[in-house]
Amino acid sequence: MNKTLNRRETIISAIIKTCGYSAVLFVILIFFFLLREGLPALFEVKLGALLATRWYPIENHFGILPLITGSLIVTMGAMLVAIPFGIGTAVFLSEIAPRWMREILKPLVELLGGLPSVVLGFLGILVLSPFLRVFLDLPTGLTALAGALLLGGISIPTTVSIAEDALDSVPQGYREGALALGATRWQTIWRVTLPAACSGVLTALMLGIGRTIGETMAVMMVTGNAPVLAIKLASIFHPVRTMTATIAAEMGEVAKGSTHYHVLFLIGLVLFIISLGVNIIASSVIFKSKKRAERVLS
Amino acid sequence: MKLSHLLLLATLMVVTSCGRGSGQPTSPASASAYIQNKGSDTLVNLALAWAERYQAEHPEVSISVTGGGSGTGIAALINGTVDIANASRAMTADEIKQAKANGITPVEFVVSRDAIAVVVNPGNPVRRLTLQQISDIYSGKINNWSGVGGENRPIVRLSRETNSGTHVYFLQTVIRLGDKKNPTLFSTDTMLLASSEGIINEVRLNPNAIGYDGLGYIPKDLAGSVIAVARDASGPYVIPSIATVNDNSYPVSRDLYMYTAGTSAGVIKEYINWILSPEAQGIVADLGFVPIK
Repeated sequence: MNKTLNRRETIISAIIKTCGYSAVLFVILIFFFLLREGLPALFEVKLGALLATRWYPIENHFGILPLITGSLIVTMGAMLVAIPFGIGTAVFLSEIAPRWMREILKPLVELLGGLPSVVLGFLGILVLSPFLRVFLDLPTGLTALAGALLLGGISIPTTVSIAEDALDSVPQGYREGALALGATRWQTIWRVTLPAACSGVLTALMLGIGRTIGETMAVMMVTGNAPVLAIKLASIFHPVRTMTATIAAEMGEVAKGSTHYHVLFLIGLVLFIISLGVNIIASSVIFKSKKRAERVLS
Repeated sequence: MKLSHLLLLATLMVVTSCGRGSGQPTSPASASAYIQNKGSDTLVNLALAWAERYQAEHPEVSISVTGGGSGTGIAALINGTVDIANASRAMTADEIKQAKANGITPVEFVVSRDAIAVVVNPGNPVRRLTLQQISDIYSGKINNWSGVGGENRPIVRLSRETNSGTHVYFLQTVIRLGDKKNPTLFSTDTMLLASSEGIINEVRLNPNAIGYDGLGYIPKDLAGSVIAVARDASGPYVIPSIATVNDNSYPVSRDLYMYTAGTSAGVIKEYINWILSPEAQGIVADLGFVPIK
């Protein structure tokens, strides 16, 4: 009896260990694969040419700056939409809405997160972009703004769902304590509940950003895919081309091992490094704020 | 420990074998031959129509047709993953070299002809342009419709992605006016849309837009706003049609190709021969393309 239990224990813990290690292993393998396929681009194309502003690979113009700025402007725009709406919705669901409403709304928001991005892309092409063109009197509605709004919408469910869980797990005693000291409901939410749930809310935002910068299909459909350098504020009203859309649109055409192929992998590498940077910054912020929150609330 | 490894391996094997089973189209048991056909989005509807008719007549042959762009089809032929590649442009010397390096000798067949129609929104009064004007519009020299006799509106340029044979053909024939040494490129703010459908849709909705696409892809509601094109300002402005392609009066027309890997034999050869037959060429005209003579 004892022996079989022990054996079962070993097997199960080994399986769990393998799962844990494999996650790390896969990330490392993917990183090395990207390095192997992407780094040759640095030898085949001069650094100056890579940092040029013209992307037209079939004539050997490999400037990736327009693609990087395109991704950044769309992501930042999306976060400007997703942060206030996401956190606002999460706070409403967890702190303000009555229980019955919350039980209807939360599954609905999560259902929204399950919508395939292609479907949202259709919505963007047929409804959002014509609306933006007429409403803002733009030459075309297929712009960075359309991409940002759509991506903001796509990342809201992720943000809301996780942030709401984090707010929900703040002990009831914190709120009661604050209210007992004479704080208003708003003061309780803003000064006590949100700071206490800070690490979870930040995680929610980071996952939202991750979803945004990696999103491909919807972006490819609504941003117009014109590789223009997007460094002015007005660029948000013009078409842009993101890194993900470029990889998705062009990966099928390249012959394996060509310069274009290597440059596309280099773009993938840049994307990977940006996501890694976001995650590292996020975890360091979470780490710091946790210490502060612990100090305040212990 | 070892048992757990075995378990993991078994799980992986089950997962991968499931993936295979559902991912690959399996040919029906009755079909004895299977042809993979991939490439040009311009040709994809025509290739599908051919494949359907041919399969109806030859139930023993099963043909799978996918699009993706001429570059995609040619890349697949070079990598040895398709039997027939569809292309709306000829293979480049570079691509032929790559194919030969992989041990594949591509064989070219002209299977149909096509006109590339330039189209604007029905609300735009401009209906005629010279090649030079279209070139100036797409290269960014003309940015307002008033520059070509239209209203005072900005021009929104639409193009297919760079993996499209139509894109490459348009660059060479229209933007560079057929001059190989001409370094003119698309203006950077040209929007590269991934599908014909995307271009047609934006032209339909946006009064500022100009786009181009194979004649077979122009829907009926936009047929009235197809631009008549002239070789130069003095020349006749010609609307694309089967007749104007055949008498060479429409300046932007081209051959459409199929490529096989090596001199084809057996089923693939029979299929190509059938495509070149009068019966299959009849389908070509029905779909808005131009049959080969």
